[in-house]
Parts: sequence; structure tokens; C-alpha cells
Amino acid sequence: MTSVRLDERDHSFLRGEEGEGARLAMSILVRMADVVGARELLDITAAHIDSSLYQGPATLEFAERLAEGGARVRVPTTLNVSGVDEYGWREWDVAESWAEPARRQMEAYEAMGCEPTWTCAPYQTQPRPGFGEQVAWGESSAIVFANSVLGARTERYPDLLDICCAVTRRAPAAGLHLTGNRAGDVLIDLSGVPRRLAEEPALYPVLGHWIGLRVEGRIPVLDGLRARPGEDDLKALGAAMASSGAVGLFHWVGLTPEAPDMDAAFQGREPATRLRPGPAELRAARDELGSGLYDADGLDLVVLGSPHFSLSEFAALARLVEGRRRHAGVRLLITTGRAVRELAAKAGYLDAIEAFGGELTVDTCILTTPMLPESIRRLMTNSAKYAWYTPSLLERAVAFGSLADCVESAVAGRVTRDDGAWTAGP
Amino acid sequence: MSDRPATPGSGPLTGRALVAGAAEGAVLYSSEPLSFWGGYDAETGEIIDRRHPLAGRVGAGRILAIPATRGSSTTTAVLLEAIRRGTAPAAFLTRGPDTFLALAAIVAGQLYDRAPPVIALSPEDFDALRRIPRARVEATGTVLAR
Repeated sequence: MTSVRLDERDHSFLRGEEGEGARLAMSILVRMADVVGARELLDITAAHIDSSLYQGPATLEFAERLAEGGARVRVPTTLNVSGVDEYGWREWDVAESWAEPARRQMEAYEAMGCEPTWTCAPYQTQPRPGFGEQVAWGESSAIVFANSVLGARTERYPDLLDICCAVTRRAPAAGLHLTGNRAGDVLIDLSGVPRRLAEEPALYPVLGHWIGLRVEGRIPVLDGLRARPGEDDLKALGAAMASSGAVGLFHWVGLTPEAPDMDAAFQGREPATRLRPGPAELRAARDELGSGLYDADGLDLVVLGSPHFSLSEFAALARLVEGRRRHAGVRLLITTGRAVRELAAKAGYLDAIEAFGGELTVDTCILTTPMLPESIRRLMTNSAKYAWYTPSLLERAVAFGSLADCVESAVAGRVTRDDGAWTAGP
Repeated sequence: MSDRPATPGSGPLTGRALVAGAAEGAVLYSSEPLSFWGGYDAETGEIIDRRHPLAGRVGAGRILAIPATRGSSTTTAVLLEAIRRGTAPAAFLTRGPDTFLALAAIVAGQLYDRAPPVIALSPEDFDALRRIPRARVEATGTVLAR
């Protein structure tokens, strides 16, 4: 049937000796190994599961088929966002008819032995896979972070397959698991980015958006920026690339672990393509992230945290809102994970944010739970991922700005953006 | 018509059936990749990514020809739900293998005994679909213009 070389344990899964759930998982995995042309499966040491997202009865049925079939994960496994804030959903406009099956789906994944981390940024608080470690991660923004920033190795695992890998502790030996497939394709020369823009945190989501549209599924190699990004910057950059493109790995010369130099990043080959974005292109990309909402327009919601807000982002936000108060007509929502919320509370960051009038949602986000009331029509965000998906998933207008722009706009009650960094010369 | 390749309308295109099956229908073609999460409404079968050239078109029952899926790993979950509801395309033709579409079809085959064919075509054959309004997909992976 299959041309994939299987070991005795794999065969015992297929024969159902480890239970019906594990048999189903292995049979899907072997079919997919054939599809991707893998000759064998390899062992994984950890998994991150995006299948936990409730998308309707089918995803629940799949989860319960596995769980009721006795499937258990065989490697340490974290869970991505779910379809509902397990304990806080009543604070928003979530229908009972959505919350109930979404919770059942959460329970099915917990029953399989996954850890209830409920975050799209598990690397913020959970043990991280090490350099070269073979893992199976779902969630496009987490995948690109694991591959690029951590140097772990995961293919871009879609929902439904990540859990099959975790249950069988196996993955097809293909794609980004293999060294030869991790070489850069496209050189992104950032020497044309002016210094002031290079120091603007909003550059990273915008740059990621611009790159994703142009490289699609190829591997970009970034070089030449006159600034050194931090982890939050790389999170935003990767998430944006993985939304507008299908990027699962990027290299940053002199920064990310597989790219000590240009030669390593391209594995000795020449770049197939070179791109050199300048300030005009990047400014256009920033404006392109918005949809139907412009400077000086009124605003209903400022939303932050896709991927989930980190502790250092909470620190930055607390500094910006200290002693201030949002406009009565604008809500401020931060989406984050349970663990980061606890850390931010302990660090005292939430006091200033709550005094400002900010609200938190954990376990999920506005894209994965239908939670926004109809009265909220106009959104502003510093996340390229939120900006990219809002028009289609939420059918609402959205503006993109920096974190500082978002806070100023929440205070002013309308979209206000500081254009300084985007118009400055070299 | 000087740029018209010899194949469309005359000879069949032969692809690799990642998920084998037969289907016939109108071809919905785009050279732009599509994410199903945020791009396809599983309730109605409508393409809802407003940035996509096929925005507003209905994919249900059609033969959807897109070069690949993009972005979100939730594309598979949305497509599985669409197959369950009967709002999914009847078949998928892509430019090279697309594992996300194949996975959704394989899982749908396991859960619902219903798997739309997913056929990977060569770049040249995929590009030729631009000029084919209606097609039949055969279990062998052959695509015939109708």
C-alpha cells in the first residue's frame, strides 16, 4: 500500500494494537507521508497542537474520535488557542451554542494528555525545543518561530495532522525536518531601510507582511538592517510572513541560529532572488495592512496580542498607559495566554492597564472565537496577523499602527498615527 | 490565440492524484494562493478573502484551481467542516502538491467517507487551466476539458 518504510512499532499502531485512536492517527500519518514523498518516519520529541481550534462540528468530531478511541500523546504536547476563553467567555458576545462544543473540544485534547497551555506563543512560557530538535508544531506563527528563532525543526503542520504526530510520536521525514530543505532562497537586503524606521517596532509586522506576499512558500534570508530585533520583533515578523505568505522558516544573518553568516544561511548556494525594500514600499505595505479605516476615523476597539501578548509587551504597554484613561467610546482588549497573564499580574503591569480601562481575554483570540459584539465595527491593532484576517474573518474595518499609535488612538477615540518613522530620510 | 498551449481543450492533463477520485464541474481558477481560514466560508462555500481575485465566488461543487494554500494551518479544519456540510469544492487542482488540501480530504474520507480529489499538476498544466471553463477529473489524476 505505502512506499514509506515503517518500523515494527508503526505497524503495531496500524494494526490497532495501541487502540483505535492511535490506529486512526497512524493511518492518516502514513497517507500524508506518501503525499509528501517521505521515505520514512522520524521520531519527534515534542508537539504543539493547533487542532484544538474549534471550527465547527467536524473538528469536534475528529477530536472525540481520537479521544474516545483511547489516543494519548506520547511526547510532551502543548495546546494552541482554543475556540473559547474557558472561564471568561461570558464577558463578551460568545453564543452558548458556540462555547459548549468549543469547550468539549478543549476537553477532548486535554483527555489525550495535552497540557492546557492554550496559547499560540508557547515559547513565551513553556520549555522550548532546542537547536536541531525534531518536533511537530502546528500554528503558523509558532512554526515559523520554532524553526527560525529556536532552530528547532518542524514542518508546517496543519490542523488534524499535528495531533497524529503527537499520538504516534512520529513525523514524515520530509520538508523542514531535513537540513537540505532549510537553505535560504530569497535574499532580503534591508540596507535601504532608514535608521529611524529600523528602530521602530512596527517595522517588523509590516516587513513580514511585505515579505510574505513576495516569497510565498520560499525561505527568506534577511540581512543588512541597522538595528537588532528582539524576540517580540521576531514573533511579529514571522507571524506576518506566515499570514500573507506560507513561510515556515526565515533566516536572519548574524542573528538566527542557522545563519551565522550568509554562506550558512544559503547553505553555500547563491540566492535565487534578491529583494531590497525601501521606505516607500514599506510605507505602502503599512497602509495596505489597513482596510476601510483611515487616519482620523472614529474607532470602537483597539486589540493587541496576535500572536499572544508577551510579558515584555505588557511592560511596554503599562508604561504607555500609566496614568491615562481610554476614550469612553473605545475598548482596549489584550489577548494573551493564561501563564503570561499570571506573570503580568505578578509584575504589576495589569494595574496600570486596568486603570486605563483595558480588558484581557485568555486561551483564545478575536479571530478564533466569535466574541465581538455587533456594535464593534472599527478596529485598530499593531498586529499584522489581526490586520490581515480581520476584514475576511470578522467583516470589520481595521487600521494598523504601532503600539504607541494604538494607545494614542484609544485615548483620542479616533485613529491617530505618528508618521515620523515612515517618512524620515536615511 | 498564439499563446494558447497545445493541450487545453485538446489533450488531457495528467497530474498526480494525492487523493484520488472522480469529479466534474465548472473550473474556478486563480493564480493566487488561498487560505481557507479567513478565505472560505464553510457555511456557504463562498470565497471570502477580500484580497483574493476569487472573492465573492462560490467554490461549492466547483473544481477549484489554485496554485497552493497559503498561511494559516487552520485551512485544513475549515475545509474538513466544508466537506462535512457539503459546501466544499468538488475537486482541487494545484500547481505542485498541496499537503493541506490533501490532509483535509484524507481525514474527510476517514470521518465521512467522502473525499474530494486533490490533484497536483505541473506548473505548465496548471497554468493551462486558465483557459478551461469546465473539466472532468478522473480517478487516475487525468484532467479533461469538457
